[in-house]
Amino acid sequence: MSELKEALKEQIIQQLNLEDFEPGDIKDNDLLFGNEGLALDSIDALEIIVLLEKEYGIKISDPKQGKEIMTSIQTLADFIESNK
Amino acid sequence: MNSVAIVKEVIISNGIVLINNQEFFSDDSVEEDSFLKLLYKKLELKYSKFYKMDVLSKLGFLSVELLLNGERIKTESGETAIVFANRSSSLYTDIEYQKSIDEIPSPSVFVYTLPNIVIGEICIRHKFYGENMFFVQEKYDKKFLINYVSTLFRTTETKNAIVGWLEVDVDGNYNAEIMLCKKI
Repeated sequence: MSELKEALKEQIIQQLNLEDFEPGDIKDNDLLFGNEGLALDSIDALEIIVLLEKEYGIKISDPKQGKEIMTSIQTLADFIESNK
Repeated sequence: MNSVAIVKEVIISNGIVLINNQEFFSDDSVEEDSFLKLLYKKLELKYSKFYKMDVLSKLGFLSVELLLNGERIKTESGETAIVFANRSSSLYTDIEYQKSIDEIPSPSVFVYTLPNIVIGEICIRHKFYGENMFFVQEKYDKKFLINYVSTLFRTTETKNAIVGWLEVDVDGNYNAEIMLCKKI
């Protein structure tokens, strides 16, 4: 699980062009969206959906799930683990 | 035409930055996108969205940062217009997006597949609510753009205008020649 979270941090930084960040700057429970944490936006959310499909072969079928799944690196990793 | 005063000019082209024809920064050792990132770091800016922008938006964003540095321009108003022109529209990014379609289309590239997105980025950064226009023309026609700005000064609340040429060609070669105009 910790390897998965580290990989996710690197993939998100690369896919979302977060060049101001290093993987070590992102804590597992940091909020991905909103005014705190990484402060990602709606386009970033779409990029994370693309990343999940491209890297892990997982599609988010219910858009309502997205908010919970993309809360943090931890919730994303949990979602990937439970959909392997 | 007499109502327009050009108060400052910025040029960014092929690894050189000129402000009012004086060299501000140069580095010919890196390619287009890398040079713009180098310039961003030199300016010590903190605007994380910069890295997400396409080359045209990065070019416009940095040109305007340099142009407005030290200038007193009212924000959160409609007093400042932005009028740009170029030859290649957003073609460089359009091609990048077309390539991404072969796999999974990239939403973050797609949002830059219009030339006027750069104006939106600048307006968000500086809270400008004024007039804006992006012309696609064969070549830089400074007289035409100043004439357009003159009309804005006469007919709208515009008091300042950021005006000029902002080009990224299909090979990624970039050229910005912009000026700050004021109503007199």
